[in-house]
Amino acid sequence: MKARCPECDAEVKIPDDVIIGEIVSCPDCGQELEIVEITNGSVKVKVAEVEGEDWGE
Amino acid sequence: MGGIRAMTEPQLGLIYDRVRLEEKAIMRAARKRGLRINSIDAKKICLDLTTKDSREFGHVVIQRCVSYFRGLHLAFVLKEMDIPTINSFDTSQICGDKLFATLAFIKEKIPTPRTFLAFTPEEAIKAAENLGYPSVLKPVVGSWGRLIAPLKDRESAEAILEHREQLSSPIFHIYYVQEMVTRPPRDIRAVVVGEEVVAAMHRHAASNDWRTNLARGGKAVRLEITPEFEELALKAAKAVGGGVLGVDMMEGPDGLLVHEVNSTVEFKGLSHVTDVDIAGKIVEYAIGLVKK
Repeated sequence: MKARCPECDAEVKIPDDVIIGEIVSCPDCGQELEIVEITNGSVKVKVAEVEGEDWGE
Repeated sequence: MGGIRAMTEPQLGLIYDRVRLEEKAIMRAARKRGLRINSIDAKKICLDLTTKDSREFGHVVIQRCVSYFRGLHLAFVLKEMDIPTINSFDTSQICGDKLFATLAFIKEKIPTPRTFLAFTPEEAIKAAENLGYPSVLKPVVGSWGRLIAPLKDRESAEAILEHREQLSSPIFHIYYVQEMVTRPPRDIRAVVVGEEVVAAMHRHAASNDWRTNLARGGKAVRLEITPEFEELALKAAKAVGGGVLGVDMMEGPDGLLVHEVNSTVEFKGLSHVTDVDIAGKIVEYAIGLVKK
């Protein structure tokens, strides 16, 4: 599957076994993208949340 | 018969805000055991608190939000719904704040680095002077070694505290100053599931950093479980209320010290140096918590 990076418009290859909520990185600009929808072999992504000060273990 | 079985079959909830290796492993482990698992993205939750509709969460919840405050608030909701949660609100709260955890260790006589609390930079300097240089300034909330600063002398301590004062979040205006323990450039991470230490590793600091966090480039090294740290890890886990926990220990000059217990333990690094099915252990522990 493929998606377009909302940040730089590059083509992002998405593994077939991807699940909603997973993070992929744009190979061109490095932006982290979150998988938000998978329907019939097409996938929607959005810019992932940035690390918050309360993030961690 | 089949219908009754279907109704009583335990249903597992997994709440996340990021699907990482750990969350995928937990989903796989549940499916492998034939369990139904509801994967819930915390960012999609819009809950009417007046109805207390708990159905979507299942009979037991594994709460794994990467955002501490998000997870903590969910843990409280689940507590009110009487749904067993890994980890419980109380455990999450104690582990999520280094000050609360330190006090839990002191209460149970668990060796832990000497620590001071202050609310102003002026008093924080006194804490550093009391402890002697170098000491360590840590945010009470936060992880992955983020913003942990060594206070090497009075001049650098004043500069770091001045910077801290400029940060807007109230979290950073609580000054938690700790002795710098003389230790090898590594620490011990033990993963506790219920009453058992299931796996452990050494975390070696990267050559360009003094912190051992894997998020800071630290390296996971296989470590066999020994009674010495096993007992201490279990005691520390119990001190914070128990559950599924990552206990961090330092090898100090006078023996082991516990400096932190992590409530949303990551095991990506550990999974590369152990054969133990940590996700499977977590799922089995979760099922054991389902109310009969």
